Amino acid sequence: MHKLLSTEPGKKLLLLGNEAIARGALEAGVAIATTYPGTPSSEISANFFEIAKETDFYFEYSTNEKVALEVAAAAANSGVRSMCVMKHVGLNVAADTLMTLAYVGVKAGLVILTADDPFMFSSQNEQDNRYYAKLSGIAMMEPSSVTEALQMIAYAVELSEQLQEPVLFRTTTRINHSSEIVTTGEIPKRITKGHFQKDPFHYVTVPAVSRKLHQKLLKHQKAARTISDSCPFNFTEGSGNYGVICNGVSYNYVSDAIKELKVQDTIKILRIGFSHPMPSALVTDFLKGCDKALIVEEGEPWMEEAVKAIAQEAQITVLIKGKGKHFFSRLYEFDPAMVKHIMADFFGLQYSPVQPVDISGIPEIPQRPPNLCAGCSHRATYYAVKKAAKGLDTLYPTDIGCYTLGLLPPLSMADFLICMGSSAGTACGFSTATDQKVIAFIGDSTFFHSGIPPLINAVFNHHNFTLIILENGTTAMTGHQPHPGVDMNQLGYSGYGKVSIENMVRAIGVSHVEVIRPYRVKKSIEAVRRALEFKGVSVVISRELCALFAKSLKISRGKPFYVSNKCKNHRDCIEQLGCPAFYIEDEKVKIDADTCIGCTLCAQVCPEHAILPVKASL
Amino acid sequence: MDVTRLIIVAVGGQGNLLASKVLGEAALLSDIPVHMSEIHGMAQRGGVVESAMVFGDAKSTIISDGHADILLGFEPAEALRAIQKCNRDSTVITNLHPIPPFTVAIGKGKYPDLNQIQTLIRNKTKRLIAFDAVALAKKAGNVLAVNMVLLGALVETGLLPLTNEQVREAISTRTRKAFLDINLKAFELGNTAARA
Ligand code: SF4
Ligand code: SF4
Repeated sequence: MHKLLSTEPGKKLLLLGNEAIARGALEAGVAIATTYPGTPSSEISANFFEIAKETDFYFEYSTNEKVALEVAAAAANSGVRSMCVMKHVGLNVAADTLMTLAYVGVKAGLVILTADDPFMFSSQNEQDNRYYAKLSGIAMMEPSSVTEALQMIAYAVELSEQLQEPVLFRTTTRINHSSEIVTTGEIPKRITKGHFQKDPFHYVTVPAVSRKLHQKLLKHQKAARTISDSCPFNFTEGSGNYGVICNGVSYNYVSDAIKELKVQDTIKILRIGFSHPMPSALVTDFLKGCDKALIVEEGEPWMEEAVKAIAQEAQITVLIKGKGKHFFSRLYEFDPAMVKHIMADFFGLQYSPVQPVDISGIPEIPQRPPNLCAGCSHRATYYAVKKAAKGLDTLYPTDIGCYTLGLLPPLSMADFLICMGSSAGTACGFSTATDQKVIAFIGDSTFFHSGIPPLINAVFNHHNFTLIILENGTTAMTGHQPHPGVDMNQLGYSGYGKVSIENMVRAIGVSHVEVIRPYRVKKSIEAVRRALEFKGVSVVISRELCALFAKSLKISRGKPFYVSNKCKNHRDCIEQLGCPAFYIEDEKVKIDADTCIGCTLCAQVCPEHAILPVKASL
Repeated sequence: MDVTRLIIVAVGGQGNLLASKVLGEAALLSDIPVHMSEIHGMAQRGGVVESAMVFGDAKSTIISDGHADILLGFEPAEALRAIQKCNRDSTVITNLHPIPPFTVAIGKGKYPDLNQIQTLIRNKTKRLIAFDAVALAKKAGNVLAVNMVLLGALVETGLLPLTNEQVREAISTRTRKAFLDINLKAFELGNTAARA
């Protein structure tokens, strides 16, 4: 049995934030969950996927976040408690749905989880998704700890039902990827089927209907404000004339700082867990008892602006500080010492900071950037494209996935990236606005997510570029989740269909399509060359299973290779491929047999044919 | 209860996440509050993995520069890279078996000298325990048990609010049965290494 299915209430478990959230959903009676995988949210859905195999809980990997939210919205409007999980930028994709879903509302609870990523540990930006709550007008919850994340999900589901609106559940990486000892509650019986009660004049958002729905949304917001004021997740702690208003992980740093500085009687805390709408009565009362107040929040001055507006309404004139020079930054994540330091400064407290060791005399330590795995098929594809495009003035728009690592030398095969699907979209623009040879890269999962409309655009508007679709049979970067092009039967799952990328590309009307097996180097170079010579939109589908995924499926590719004494030390292998199985010993290139998966790429690249398979007898 | 802060740094694939999980489970078994966080950006693609563990009455799950009481390095250059997490009173435990980053193989950067790493750490902190944990793991029967060796050394210092028995019990419940004997052996070899 999956550990999150434990029915023993009051059991103490050491859980990752994302596991606690998944457990929270079960305890909240959520029966349908959807997602498009994205770090730092991925483990929530990975657990849902496993749980769905064992129970009547329904979970799906949807093609993108917009679809995921629509699936969940329909379920919630049919009376089934639902949850939709995504990383922060996923909500940009789902935003179109979100904005009008807020008008339509829900019947059963719907929680939309957005996992924000301050510092961009694994994201292209660090946007603060709290603005989406404000923009769409829905309520928002923000936990400060793993335990709270678990408990808050049930609250959020109930709140959603009470308000008849979806609720935004905002975490940050340090909630998703922290662990804590939590105590489980009970898992109620799930209601897995509902019935959609037709009411087109409330559900079909033509202008005349939407004008009424917007009024309804404002009414719900007003109700939400009242609930926010009495919500147990908005609470005060400590006493004194100084005040700190904080949310999320910042609360932990503030709380530890107050304890360490022993100022429980000087500084009080207002912790905001229900952050949209802000609890205005609570904030007003809190500010009234303060000589000055500090707002501690990562990201944008979201609460700060709200608190200042509330103070203005109430004609409270105490000094309120948050972001700014000598105060908190809008950049990156906070840490306990930084928060303690700024608090001590602002409130004039005695404080002797701990000195980190001085790092003088420490030599430069070589960087350890992540690298494509040994035998990764993307490396082979990049090599083939590089060879085929030799001499051309190339431009490589890329996309989001492991292959973005092709940015790094020695491959250096990435020139432009904005977001999911932008490879093909920007390729249309680059090929129009420049005379450079545009070759765009997109992974299979990303292609399904948002690569199809730009490819259709390219065909319709007669653009001129080559799109390389890296079909490696999985969503590799986020932990090998399936996507619509995956043969689920082969992986031992039933009840799935399969969409062929090749058929789809041909159906879109791309007239030049090549399919390559990237480990066949010569053939691949020739095929890519043909595609590059074609005037118009050409597509190369590079088909080879992700090496790491293959390993986990125990699909072996054959014997490892070694560098024989025919090697003349050109180092073409290292300098052009950069496979992590290579290392240098006594000025000679060696291959680590435990790391090499025997993809044969380097053997085909070596001009001396010096790289040979390890013989069975060796 | 006093707060003890531990940073663990490793290279993806060295098994440090299991090590922190074992410590977390040991804390759970012993009723000791623990908060931890992990950054494993692209661990499986050879990047750096860092876990922070805070034992005792604190809410934060991350550790600021200078605030680690103990730094446990699974790889010597990574231990040195993380040294700003320490202060003069910190204890550092590190494996001495290097895993040169790929950047070194392609000629971008030079791997620091092992003796220099040790001298630097020793001079800047209170105590350094450094040994070849890979050799001990092999001696225990499996090179993958390097995480258990390092746990053994860590717990032996007595700096964590956990005893050898408690951690051994967590190893028994959290690691795979087939490797249990090897893991416990590795843990003991780590104990001995820290006593030396
Ligand atoms: S996980 Fe797969 S796609 Fe990603 S780098 Fe490794 S082999 Fe390549
Ligand atoms: S065959 Fe060569 S390129 Fe392929 S994994 Fe082995 S060392 Fe790397």
